Amino acid sequence: MTIISVLSAWLIPLFVASVLLAGWVKKVPVFDEFIEGSKEGLQVTLRLLPFLVSMLIAIEVLSASGAMDALTNLLTPILGRLGWPVETLPIALLRPMSNSGALAVTADVLRRHGPDSFIGLVASTMQGSTDTTLFILTVYFGAVGIKNIRHSLSAGLIADFTAMLASLLLCKILIS
Amino acid sequence: MMNVVWLVMILGGILAAAVGGRIEVVANAIVSGGEQAITLSLALLAVLSFWMGLARVAERAGLLGTLARILAPLMRPLFPSLRRNPEALRHIALNFAANLLGLGNAATPFGLKAMHAMQETNPDKDTATDAMCTFLVLNTAGMTIIPSSVIALRAAYGSQDPTATVAVSLLAGLAATIAGLIADYTFRKLNRSRRQRGGRR
Repeated sequence: MTIISVLSAWLIPLFVASVLLAGWVKKVPVFDEFIEGSKEGLQVTLRLLPFLVSMLIAIEVLSASGAMDALTNLLTPILGRLGWPVETLPIALLRPMSNSGALAVTADVLRRHGPDSFIGLVASTMQGSTDTTLFILTVYFGAVGIKNIRHSLSAGLIADFTAMLASLLLCKILIS
Repeated sequence: MMNVVWLVMILGGILAAAVGGRIEVVANAIVSGGEQAITLSLALLAVLSFWMGLARVAERAGLLGTLARILAPLMRPLFPSLRRNPEALRHIALNFAANLLGLGNAATPFGLKAMHAMQETNPDKDTATDAMCTFLVLNTAGMTIIPSSVIALRAAYGSQDPTATVAVSLLAGLAATIAGLIADYTFRKLNRSRRQRGGRR
């Protein structure tokens, strides 16, 4: 195991243990609160469902019709030279626009290529590394009535682009 | 934006099927796409419920406040214009802490409070301040320790190691955050020098 996979393996158990320990020290009724919180899982999943249905149907129509293959064949020579798996391109493009939309595409990539393949690892990293720029800017600026958002969109998209590039490079260097 | 994307995907698919002479696949694809969504959301439900439960314990244990206090000294130099607005800074730190812990639902209210606090001292109510731009860039770069939905997805598709990409994602998020902050700083300086030149003329 490389350092990075050891780190990944320890991060979650340590996080879970420290949260529960902190709760115990602060005399939080950990089980009761856990049950209370996990009820929200249902709401979150229900909120995601329409996005998953709409996007997975769209992806399925695109790939069954042959349009996806044609697009992949067209882009492979260009992106392949950079070592970028074409299959992950839709995630990179959708990520700044829609969290749930990109999540659905990630699901599709993981199902087709396997979560532990290089493509699957890159897709997972991309999905987990950045937040939905357009959504956040709309919500936060909208809430206080700002109309001139200045350079925030450009800077946010530069951050997204960096996240996608870093995901690819780091997967290459650290886990494949 | 998503409206256009979705429309193009569906219509493009139908058009491609028609041109390729296999229009019959469209109806099947609609059914099987929907089925996939249902199977997937059942798997997601299991893992997400766990993280939501843990998130609740973290919140009750006051972990957010602790992390926000640790982060506060890091936040201050990023927001020089908020020196006289400690309330905004505090909410920014809480929002960042909640995002780091993967508590998206808890992060939003803090973020909105931070925006309101900054808007109060904003001389031009229609235009974003420097601090607002920096805050939202930090927010959209979205660094997180626990990408719970990705872990859930990987587990749902039978990964040997659902958390394999957690550390890599965190590093990629860090890179994005740094790049976003540098971009924000550069745009701000460019903007200022342009405005000063304009003023002298």
